[in-house]
Amino acid sequence: MKRSINFKQVLVYFLAFLIVLYVMAPYCWLVLSSLSTKADLLTTPLKWIPPHITFDNYKAILFGGNDSTSDAGSQFISALKNSFIISIVVTALALFLGILAAYALARLNFRGRKPAILTVLLVQMIPPIALIVPLYIIMSKASLMNNKYSLIIIYLSFVLPFVIWIMKSYLANIPAEIEEAARIDGCSKLRAFLTIILPISLSGLAATTIFAFIMSWNEFFYALNFTTTLASKTLPVVITEFSSKHGADYIMTSTGGVIASLPPVLLAFFFQRYILSGLTNGAVKG
Amino acid sequence: MTQKVLKRITNAMDSDKKLGYLLIFPSLLVILGVMLYPFLYSLNMSFSKMDFANRTMNYIGLDNYIRMFKDSYFINSLRLTGYFTIVTVIAEISLGIAIALVLNQKFKFRGFVRGIMILPWALPSVVNAIMWKWIYNPNYGALNALLTQMHIIGEYRDWLGEPSSALHAMIFANVWKETPYVVLLVLAALSNISGDLYESAKIDGANAWQAFWKVTLPIVKPVIVVLAIMKSIWAIQTFELPYILTGGGPGGGTELLSFYIYKATFKFLDFGMGASMAYMITLVTFVLSLLYIKFLSKDGEIV
Repeated sequence: MKRSINFKQVLVYFLAFLIVLYVMAPYCWLVLSSLSTKADLLTTPLKWIPPHITFDNYKAILFGGNDSTSDAGSQFISALKNSFIISIVVTALALFLGILAAYALARLNFRGRKPAILTVLLVQMIPPIALIVPLYIIMSKASLMNNKYSLIIIYLSFVLPFVIWIMKSYLANIPAEIEEAARIDGCSKLRAFLTIILPISLSGLAATTIFAFIMSWNEFFYALNFTTTLASKTLPVVITEFSSKHGADYIMTSTGGVIASLPPVLLAFFFQRYILSGLTNGAVKG
Repeated sequence: MTQKVLKRITNAMDSDKKLGYLLIFPSLLVILGVMLYPFLYSLNMSFSKMDFANRTMNYIGLDNYIRMFKDSYFINSLRLTGYFTIVTVIAEISLGIAIALVLNQKFKFRGFVRGIMILPWALPSVVNAIMWKWIYNPNYGALNALLTQMHIIGEYRDWLGEPSSALHAMIFANVWKETPYVVLLVLAALSNISGDLYESAKIDGANAWQAFWKVTLPIVKPVIVVLAIMKSIWAIQTFELPYILTGGGPGGGTELLSFYIYKATFKFLDFGMGASMAYMITLVTFVLSLLYIKFLSKDGEIV
């Protein structure tokens, strides 16, 4: 009997090891590539632990290095800035507008509430490819092409419904009695929401903020079609260009890829608890 | 006087109806303006012949739709997308359940192993695509190095140079990124199963395999159905992988629908057919969404 328990334990550890390897190996290879010298990376047979670890690639991409990379470097920095500005503005706007709407849809009773909820859910399913040409026409008529504003507005259109949807499910879970108690004390509905309900749904708020940021940060399709100059190109666009235009420089692409992945990956790691609750709330419960 | 006005505003703010409309108005404005209006606009486009230079649109009825079904490239991408979607969703869900079952066992570092599941989920799809493009590289790629060093293949191969292996390389890259999401949701569902259920199954003489089918699966089934629908919606819209990893090639072998529509629209400037094809995707995702809504609202009020 004892033997079989041991065997099961060994099996679990072995499988867990395989899982870790499967999940981590591809990304670790990307990180290792970004820390390697070109000569080491292009040898066969390939060495899995690079003999020389270097941060030169990071220096080159962030501060401009030799002639061949300085162009890439300046592009990268401006894309990094654009990505941050756009993601932060979109997140802030979507949270502000979305929380109010979510409160209305979760806690208030008015005509048109159900159709509004349905709209919020269904518009999330519209494929971006079905919107891109009309948006293109609208943005060029409004002279917003090649401009951070156009991306901010467009991102808002898919981040906002998501924020509403997920915040609504959080707010709906808060017992009505809490709000009623505040109302008896003479609070208006909005005030009860802002001072009582919102503070206790802080974990939902945290999850929603992170989701909104990651969604905007990772977006590629709209960015690809709405940005053509440094003024508005975001990181995903510039990294994709690294992998195609600059003679497929895999070290620079890896370096850029690692940097671009850091904000969402670190956020996800540090706020894991919130993200898990957000995933289960938004995706399954609805 | 001011007090009276303020009071009236406060009263208005306290009526569910007025406050409700006030609060959803800004969001609805954005959603209607930036999504619904373009959405209807492109419906119009799908029934028109569009001249971008002269800004004219002529109504031509179902022509674009008829042309679309006669387009062999479209049929090809439809077939590929169907295959891609079915294979990735089945692989993600079965692999996801398997990993979740392992991570549901008690072992040291379990928290850490569960923790790293978030990595592929958080990774930008663009980074996922360039990462796999580098791993699959025909001359210096890690996959070639690994397989030759393990003596599984004799010489380096061009994984993305042949339609079938390119498509499956793309499927693998997508499964890698999307599976952890399944793991996390299935784990959450598994944590709701009490140990008592397994105990009583054991007493009834069930082995581990039977316990999985009779106890575990029925409880995680709702999550799996929801995941299958959502994952299908996302898989159908996959764009980054064909765009970055393969460019749709070789020979159109990885030209998924989103990518082909993108090409038809921006390369061939066939806006009408681009729109009608986009509406095909939309139709499929809407049918899936309705299933999703129906499924969600079955147990409890959702909408």
